[in-house]
Amino acid sequence: MYDYTDFDEAFVRSRVAQFTDQVARRLDGSLTEDEFRPLRLMNGLYLQLHAYMLRVAIPYGTINPRQMRQLAYIADTWDKGYGHFTTRQNIQFNWPMLPDVPAILSALADVQMHAIQTSGNTVRNVTADHFAGAAADEIEDPRPYAELLRQWSTDHPEFQFLPRKFKIAITGSPHDRAVTAAHDIGLRMTKNAAGEPGFEVFVGGGLGRTPMIGHLVREYLPIEDLLPYVEAVLSVYNTLGRRDNKYKARIKITLFETGKEELTRMVEERFAEVRPLFGGADQKLLADIRAAFAQPDLKTAPVDAYDAFYKADPVFRAWADTNLAKHRKDDHAIVTISVKAHGETPGDASSDQMRAIADLSETYGYSELRISHEQNVILPHVHKSDLPAVHAALSQAGLGTANVGLLSDIIACPGMDYCALATARSIPVAQEIATHFEALKLEHEIGPLKIKISGCINACGHHHVGHIGILGLDRAGVENYQITLGGDGTEKAAIGEKTGPGFAYDEIVPAIERILRAYLAVRTHQEETFLDTFRRVGMAPFKAALYGSEGEQDAA
Amino acid sequence: MSRKYIPKVVTANRLREGDVVYQTADDRWTPHHHEAELIEDEARAQLRLHHAAAQKLYVVGAYLADAKLGPNGPEPVHFREAFRTRGPSNYAHGKQVDLSNV
Repeated sequence: MYDYTDFDEAFVRSRVAQFTDQVARRLDGSLTEDEFRPLRLMNGLYLQLHAYMLRVAIPYGTINPRQMRQLAYIADTWDKGYGHFTTRQNIQFNWPMLPDVPAILSALADVQMHAIQTSGNTVRNVTADHFAGAAADEIEDPRPYAELLRQWSTDHPEFQFLPRKFKIAITGSPHDRAVTAAHDIGLRMTKNAAGEPGFEVFVGGGLGRTPMIGHLVREYLPIEDLLPYVEAVLSVYNTLGRRDNKYKARIKITLFETGKEELTRMVEERFAEVRPLFGGADQKLLADIRAAFAQPDLKTAPVDAYDAFYKADPVFRAWADTNLAKHRKDDHAIVTISVKAHGETPGDASSDQMRAIADLSETYGYSELRISHEQNVILPHVHKSDLPAVHAALSQAGLGTANVGLLSDIIACPGMDYCALATARSIPVAQEIATHFEALKLEHEIGPLKIKISGCINACGHHHVGHIGILGLDRAGVENYQITLGGDGTEKAAIGEKTGPGFAYDEIVPAIERILRAYLAVRTHQEETFLDTFRRVGMAPFKAALYGSEGEQDAA
Repeated sequence: MSRKYIPKVVTANRLREGDVVYQTADDRWTPHHHEAELIEDEARAQLRLHHAAAQKLYVVGAYLADAKLGPNGPEPVHFREAFRTRGPSNYAHGKQVDLSNV
């Protein structure tokens, strides 16, 4: 993976020194909170409901074992022994104290990590397919491009005060695991007629209070045009984007108000101006970055041990069936480590678990790790003969849950258990759904299903693109949960449709059960997934299950 | 016809730790909601809020939260404020354990 150059190292260290001084000045009263707040946010430090929260970037979800151990060390030393992996491939520490934050940032810098641009109206952490570099269907590893974008966007003087935050996601595979359609810019690798790789460019996707699927503005962008084109999009947005109303400030609204054709024309016009200014230094840099992402030297060995275990051990088989994905090399597999044990908090890993994951990565995974936006951890390359040992070690660490892609593999934002913006809780809803269906033993019967829960309209839990989305709201001083169905975060991206009136906190799990029992009753066969069934039959049977005969009326 | 004023407490987070605290009638910051000053007059509420906001070395983000009188003192009205008196529901972290031995 990419190693910091002297320039990167000096930049991150200077930011730590700068923020250390800013914290000291806040604590001695030289800075007011109004003065300090934007400075701490620039360094990923929020004030939440019960404590500060530090959001640390895991660029494009790639992390090495040494960094993972340092996160465990930070969790033990300055927090409460755990960290929370987020839908933006970040990790959040929920309990740091302000005077300790400079030391935490310094400890992060020791392993080439930081919290820069994890907040504020800047280009945020560039996210990527969590199977990058390993997926069987990949055209190219997208991470060198993500790293190029990271370097270009970090402290970019023109884009430090955008109208609003700006999120870029990239995938190197036609099967979109990075939800690119729900980002300000989504980049999907493709090939032109000559077979040369490039990008489809989507602009104006986003979730939040006005969910929109990104529009395709360039069908094929050559690789060498990536930076100038992205710069042109940002430049047009920086000029046009609304600064009078933060709810209308994202590029999705700019695109909606300007029109796709006009916005595209302006981007192309700006691109024509910007393109000649890129003299090739970016391509030289890209070549250096590519070298840093060279594939590990994958071993060749018999896979008999895997086959034997798969036949003999039903627990291993269940795990292999759900948690493994196809690797580009047949004798290897991609392992998704579920950080979603039934009843636990989605995305939370204890420091012991982080160390166990780091050990496994070093022993069996070529020292590679990814964090997924679905709040799980990935061992991207594991030889199949090592899978029984990996599974055994994971099970010992409480990480052997066989539920990836199933009902209890739920995305949930921190919600009102932590977040100052939340309007309702998310985590306990996720916990109860998982344990309820575990008790019913229905999870495997139901099959592939993505439930996503957000504790407010900002949609950090991606509820709009959940097959079942749950949005927690405050209705007259009571938690109320609105359900959407049919959302999809893949290349067939769709925004879920509201079922009707919401449900109280103690009604939401029974409501989800009614939906899923209706699904089991109307699916044609076991292989027809919930999403396929919804697309075939529409909302009617689910509304009937949720609201009875009243569901036939379109309740607001 | 003027609507009846909903009583308030002044609440904030401690600058250094981030802990949730409440302003008492004798100008302390307490972690206990029931020790807060219950303010039943709008003008006094504004005055007390200004007083809190001026203590920039001790607290951050002071605001007025609705409250009501209970048997042991002021109680929160809204569920968000009730959560702030305890801590998160997924772990025994925060005030629900930090204060249990006090």
